[in-house]
Amino acid sequence: MEFFIISMLNGLSYGLLLFMLSSGLTLIFSMMGVLNFAHASFYMIGAYFGYTLTSVIGFWPSLIIAPILVGATGVLFERLSLRKVHKFGHVPELLVTFGLSYIVYELVQLIWGRTAVDFTPPEILRGAAFTLVNHSVNGLQMIWGAAPAEMCKAADASIRLVCTPFPATRGFMMIVALLMLFSLWLLLTKTRIGLVIQAALTHPETVEALGHNVPRVFMLVFGAGTGLAGLAGVIGGSTYVTEPAMAATVGSVIFVVVVVGGMGSLSGAFLASVLIGVIQTFAIAFDYSFVSVAKDMGLNLSDALKNNSVLKLTISQVAPILPYLFLVLILIFRPKGLLGTREG
Amino acid sequence: MSYALELKDLRKNFGKTEIIRGANLAVNAGERVAIIGPNGAGKSTLFNLISGRFGPTSGEILLNGQRIDHKAPYEINRMGLSRSFQITNIFPKLSVFENLRCAVLWSLGYKYTFLKFLSGLKDANELAEKYMEMIRLDKKRDLLAMNLTYAEQRALEIGITIAGGSNVILLDEPTAGMSKSETTRFISLIKEVTVGKTLLTVEHDMGVVFGLADKIAVVVYGEVIAFDTPEAVRSNARVQEAYLGSHVADEQAGGH
Amino acid sequence: MSSTFKFKPYNVGRWVIWSLFAIVLIFAPLVFTSNLSGTMLAQMGIAIIACLSYNMLLGQGGMLSFGHAVYTGLGSFVAIHALNSITGGQSNIPVSLIPLVGGIAGIGFAVLFGYVTTKKAGTPFAMITLGVAELVFAMSLMFSEFFGGEAGISGNRVAGQAFMGITFGPQIQIYYLIAIYTFVCVALMYAFTQTPLGRILNAVRDNPERVEFIGYNTQRVRYLAFIIAGFFAGISGGLGALNFEIVTAEVVGAGRSGGYLLFTFLGGATFFFGPIIGGILMVLAFVLLSELTKAWLLYLGLLFLFMVMYAPGGIASLIMMNLRVAAFGKLKQIWVSYLGLFVTAFVALIGAGAMIEMVYHLQLNSALGDTLKFMGVTLNAKGIDSWVGSIFVMITGLGLFEIARRHFMIEWGDIQVDIEKEIKRRETA
Repeated sequence: MEFFIISMLNGLSYGLLLFMLSSGLTLIFSMMGVLNFAHASFYMIGAYFGYTLTSVIGFWPSLIIAPILVGATGVLFERLSLRKVHKFGHVPELLVTFGLSYIVYELVQLIWGRTAVDFTPPEILRGAAFTLVNHSVNGLQMIWGAAPAEMCKAADASIRLVCTPFPATRGFMMIVALLMLFSLWLLLTKTRIGLVIQAALTHPETVEALGHNVPRVFMLVFGAGTGLAGLAGVIGGSTYVTEPAMAATVGSVIFVVVVVGGMGSLSGAFLASVLIGVIQTFAIAFDYSFVSVAKDMGLNLSDALKNNSVLKLTISQVAPILPYLFLVLILIFRPKGLLGTREG
Repeated sequence: MSYALELKDLRKNFGKTEIIRGANLAVNAGERVAIIGPNGAGKSTLFNLISGRFGPTSGEILLNGQRIDHKAPYEINRMGLSRSFQITNIFPKLSVFENLRCAVLWSLGYKYTFLKFLSGLKDANELAEKYMEMIRLDKKRDLLAMNLTYAEQRALEIGITIAGGSNVILLDEPTAGMSKSETTRFISLIKEVTVGKTLLTVEHDMGVVFGLADKIAVVVYGEVIAFDTPEAVRSNARVQEAYLGSHVADEQAGGH
Repeated sequence: MSSTFKFKPYNVGRWVIWSLFAIVLIFAPLVFTSNLSGTMLAQMGIAIIACLSYNMLLGQGGMLSFGHAVYTGLGSFVAIHALNSITGGQSNIPVSLIPLVGGIAGIGFAVLFGYVTTKKAGTPFAMITLGVAELVFAMSLMFSEFFGGEAGISGNRVAGQAFMGITFGPQIQIYYLIAIYTFVCVALMYAFTQTPLGRILNAVRDNPERVEFIGYNTQRVRYLAFIIAGFFAGISGGLGALNFEIVTAEVVGAGRSGGYLLFTFLGGATFFFGPIIGGILMVLAFVLLSELTKAWLLYLGLLFLFMVMYAPGGIASLIMMNLRVAAFGKLKQIWVSYLGLFVTAFVALIGAGAMIEMVYHLQLNSALGDTLKFMGVTLNAKGIDSWVGSIFVMITGLGLFEIARRHFMIEWGDIQVDIEKEIKRRETA
């Protein structure tokens, strides 16, 4: 039972991280028509900036400053490079961000080296947010913080006692993601600039004709989107690992999220992020394969079937391809995406 | 004997908004019909429905007696209907000649073949040359379509539309944005190239309408409120009230 | 005015170009005789076919794919398994036809994946190709019988019956096999551009919606082009399997797909011969440039970025533009400006390059001491004067480059105006 709860929470936290990234991507795509191939690169830059700044000014100040720096980088890129290719169409814009992803990857390795760096979260986040203690006699209990050692040791052999902690970093990730979600929603629906952004999402020329400085709005949105990615980077980098390959691992998943959710739909991106996050987290935990399940059920499989490499695969081994399988299935059965309205 | 084009109680909603609210029309083969109506009446939407760009919410569209509603644009084109666009829709990076040649390929049965060379397709090349002369762009044969002037691009647009040899032609505001002299030349061009074909054209210029059309269909608020000869439509009270009730339109019409 | 009598002179130019191409293919290994050249020439042939097949999608069809390596790579895997089946005696396909086996595999996978991939166009298409590529790459770690796991699958191209004494053991023999395939594939792919399907594919690139209204199913056109491109991609993969005699999972990886995109674009996607240049550059970069400097991927990325921003037609378009200027006799006017551009760019590059090399040295080779040689000058990676010197050189170079660039743009603009006037004059004459 506790396994289910903790896995669910882990999955949700990963999904919310994916959403932090894919929301910025969706905003930029919806408004500018540009698919920012380098979005995960800004995530990576955020993690590395966070790492360097933490060693100088501490974690909490860098949590604020690193995303701002990343956003500034995004604004600079938009101004110097992206804007120049806007007139050539959407494919060159995509290509320019593709080139940027190469450059960022190389620069990061140049400056910080090719191996992972030790970006540790601050003291307060290092422990468990709470611990679920499953006592076979007393039932399920929740204890804030880490459970003391005696609580996790069974008094005698007949009692089964399992302590499952939920890391504070994950909890923090969820809190930040939800706060960010909430403020984004507030910004888009309750402020004037949000109204302009919403309008420019579907009719940029009309908004420009009404006198708004749409290029400047674009620049701001790009900066905000990349800043969000940077924030996700600080949190993701300290929770997981900070290394040059981190952009690639999460990069393709967020593209899947955006297509599965429906291009241009924020709510679709949210749904898809959470779905994919939860499914993948659960899948990694399951060690069942077709063969092992059949064995558990008492089915007698022939030797050939038992040795078949496909059937021997456990769900945890298949976990990495699940998002992409999902993508293919969605494209066949519901090409618009889960909640998509545009054809892309 | 079936009509060339027939609309039966055609309806189209976009979300909750009803754009086409029960349109009925029956066009005989060889007729030239001008479709007029105030802005926002749904004329372009009708064209989009007929040509398959989107499907109707309800109702029927029949081409030569066969249902074509909800069919894909290429299916409708293969059944003998071609349309032009209000905003010029050509192939910018292909030459004038190539534009026209592409337009004739399917009708000559070449389909998706990659086993024949374009230079060896005598019928396609000759047909493309013929249409190029018809629309008077033979001097600009190898010019890229994006480098033509606006009027030349409109001419190419019409050329692509008729090159497929379809019998039912839909022209969406063919003279939009042209000067008076260009318009006059263009109208005689249209008359020439659509001999013997069924023509439907959306037009705003009353002079063009009364000079070109055998019949006029008046579309107001998504319905066809009148479909008759030009003189009958001019004196139709409902039409006058909805659209033609102005001194200016009278003068324009009087000149032709 | 149509003429009933058409005079079609024998197209000499076309025969000359193809003959020259054949001559270069035949005589290249006799001019460049070192071992390194031998392997590089073989790889160039393979890369040319791969990039041309990629451009069938990008340049001719307007389809940006991030996963072309799936088809070249899977072609490689099927080919090497076929090769091993010859060695094992289960089949007697001649080794020279193994690349065709790769091609057929390419068709098969393109039919399978292409159906889902070509359902969309534009940006969604690009993302689907990325997803399919990641899917296949992730699967390569799961199915170790087919993909060989970490070690990959090895083979021996000296297998089966020797044909007239040709065993394909020596590098020169495999080179000529590749050369023959290269010539035939390039010719076939060029022929494709002159067929109805090829032309309608261009129309789909230019205006996909209009194509539907002239009777063609746009999705079907894209699907067919995808399959044909997959065929040639598979041939390229099969040749690669024969050449290297080992196939590992990285042949379906994102790096390889990215490489095809980068170099095809660099070579020029808007002209048929652009990807040929791209393929040659790809091999030169991977083999030679990577030896020259550790920062080669960074330079490549920057070069790509600048090409997209300032010369989106690639090197091929730059060549064609300058050929046009030369054809009108205006090249003499502008070559001084060109010189200025190149010299100042070179100076700026030296400054930037020095700094980048110093950082790399600090990162990777610090055990060897602080000094390094760069272009004949000894630099001290920790010395302040090396850094100040490099920064100064780079900034001076950049400043001068900007001046040279503005001067160049003015001259170029003037020349273009002159050329347009000349064209108008010739039209009305």
